[in-house]
Amino acid sequence: MADKPHPDHDLIQGEWTEKTLVEKLLEPVEKPPPRPWRVVLAVGGLLTLVWLYAIFVTFVRGLGTWGINQPVAWGFDIVHFVWWIGIGHAGTLISAILVLMRQNWRDSLNRVTEAMTLFAVLAAATYPLIHMGRPQNFYWVFPYPTHLALWPQYKSPLSWDVLAIMTYLTISTLFLYLGLIPDLALLRERSQGWRRKLYGWLSLGWTGNAVHWQRYRAVYVLLAGLATPVVISVHSVVSMDFAYGLVPGWHLTVFPPFFAAGAIYSGFAMALTLIIPLRKWYRLEGVITERHLDWMAKVTLASGLGVAYIYLLEIFIAWYSGEPHEWAQQLWRMTGPYAPYYWAMMLINVVLLQTLWFPRFRKNLTWLFIFSILANVGMWLERFVIVVISLSKDFLPGNAHLYYPTWVDWALYLGTIGFFLFGLALFIRIFPPIAVAEMVHLFHKLRKH
Amino acid sequence: MLYGLMAYFDAPEKLLKAIGALKEAGYRRMEALTPNPVEGVERLLGGDGRIPWVAFALGVLGAGLALFLQVYTTLDYPMNASGKPLLGWPAFIPVTFELTILTITVGIFLYLLYQNGLPLADHPAVRAPGYVRVLLDQYGLFVYASDPRFDLEATRALLESLGAEVEEVRRA
Repeated sequence: MADKPHPDHDLIQGEWTEKTLVEKLLEPVEKPPPRPWRVVLAVGGLLTLVWLYAIFVTFVRGLGTWGINQPVAWGFDIVHFVWWIGIGHAGTLISAILVLMRQNWRDSLNRVTEAMTLFAVLAAATYPLIHMGRPQNFYWVFPYPTHLALWPQYKSPLSWDVLAIMTYLTISTLFLYLGLIPDLALLRERSQGWRRKLYGWLSLGWTGNAVHWQRYRAVYVLLAGLATPVVISVHSVVSMDFAYGLVPGWHLTVFPPFFAAGAIYSGFAMALTLIIPLRKWYRLEGVITERHLDWMAKVTLASGLGVAYIYLLEIFIAWYSGEPHEWAQQLWRMTGPYAPYYWAMMLINVVLLQTLWFPRFRKNLTWLFIFSILANVGMWLERFVIVVISLSKDFLPGNAHLYYPTWVDWALYLGTIGFFLFGLALFIRIFPPIAVAEMVHLFHKLRKH
Repeated sequence: MLYGLMAYFDAPEKLLKAIGALKEAGYRRMEALTPNPVEGVERLLGGDGRIPWVAFALGVLGAGLALFLQVYTTLDYPMNASGKPLLGWPAFIPVTFELTILTITVGIFLYLLYQNGLPLADHPAVRAPGYVRVLLDQYGLFVYASDPRFDLEATRALLESLGAEVEEVRRA
């Protein structure tokens, strides 16, 4: 061992050997789960059933069961689509950008946040599907030769959106799977019976050949480099669905960075919401240290400040442009019937966010947990402000209509939350929530060199 | 039937030294098996510098396909969308970008599997009784019995002299 300890020495705390570390990291998969896991699974499963029922109702009785109207033709479904996609982004950011920056603290967090991405993007992707009204025709968005001789319109952001989401889903799934392969091989060797078969198939017969590792690393870093611009592009494209429209409150060039910052903010907040209980229930304090949570809080603060800046900028643009409808929209947000939503958003994302400047708040896990939930509420409110408030009043006073979500809207929303929790709970039961091979490698780097 | 010898080292440096020594002695058929990437192994066993170039070629292919798709479909069914030029290339950037990345991602993943010979149903080294350790904390070197220089006693002695714990790997 070197004289001076590695600067990241405290990223793994406690006395470990490779063996005990691996045992610890595989506990969620190999040992019976703690009681809260069963509660999460049960609640998530129930809500998933509610979700399926709401989808069934939507398909059988049509979109009339939703609260959408004219002019608010995009109601809760797009609010939640954007919300979920945003949540997905932190996973890819943690795993991809931090790989490129060689940040050692990502190793404890990347697996669970990538899984979070996967389920968040799946939850998001269902909304446009069921919003189509005729979901059986969803394949019309793909370029396939048809007897109508019609093709998708590639100058439309909606068509970009399809490809962006599909690419994003593919790259995050492959990235997650690639990272899992060595751990699956380890699990294969440590299990018996059907589990051994399952892990054997999934690990593709990975042996740990050193030459394979070289190629694997090269491809892993390459995919990280590719995933990074995809993340930014996905939410930028989503924002262009809005920015291309002439609706006051949408037609802004600042939307792409605005949405990207919001995505990182809500994604890191959701990651904190998941990781704080996970760490406590599985007693992972030694590998997910306070330093990890502190870093995540700092990233949340930085991206949240970007969001807060653009809120203030939006007010300035509306005023400075001298565009009467834009300014009327801004006043409608601040003083109209939806004003409580607007001010609640400002309270959380601008005012309460500032607490994260102070180490005593960042180090207080109770506050961090509460704030991470509040931040997601804040980002939900932001999507609500953008979608519903902007649409409810455009150019003509006679067009103004308020939006009232129905029980189906709410059931679909709670249902995706349930599906997300249910999926994650199953994931960490079957696959290790912390990347074992990466952690062992990190352990080796920190303790032996 | 004897498949070969599996040697376990407790540090990557010892593994590298052993590979060097065996190569010097004329051994050709061996495989290093490690729990994580070991730096310097590609110098001894060969690596793959082609990955960036394969990715680049895939990217060119993807971008070409995406541009072709958009230009072809636009010309095949010309439509005036909000007064934009028929082939307004700035509007083609997002789709071109996404399809380029998609092609590289899927292609490079398949290339990785192909080059690594995966999926693989069975591998002789996995039959070593202590195999699981090379996925944990040991650095393994598997020497095939089919190596022309292989001699059960001499090879075992050579590996042990390099600081390894050696196991014979046979068909069960």
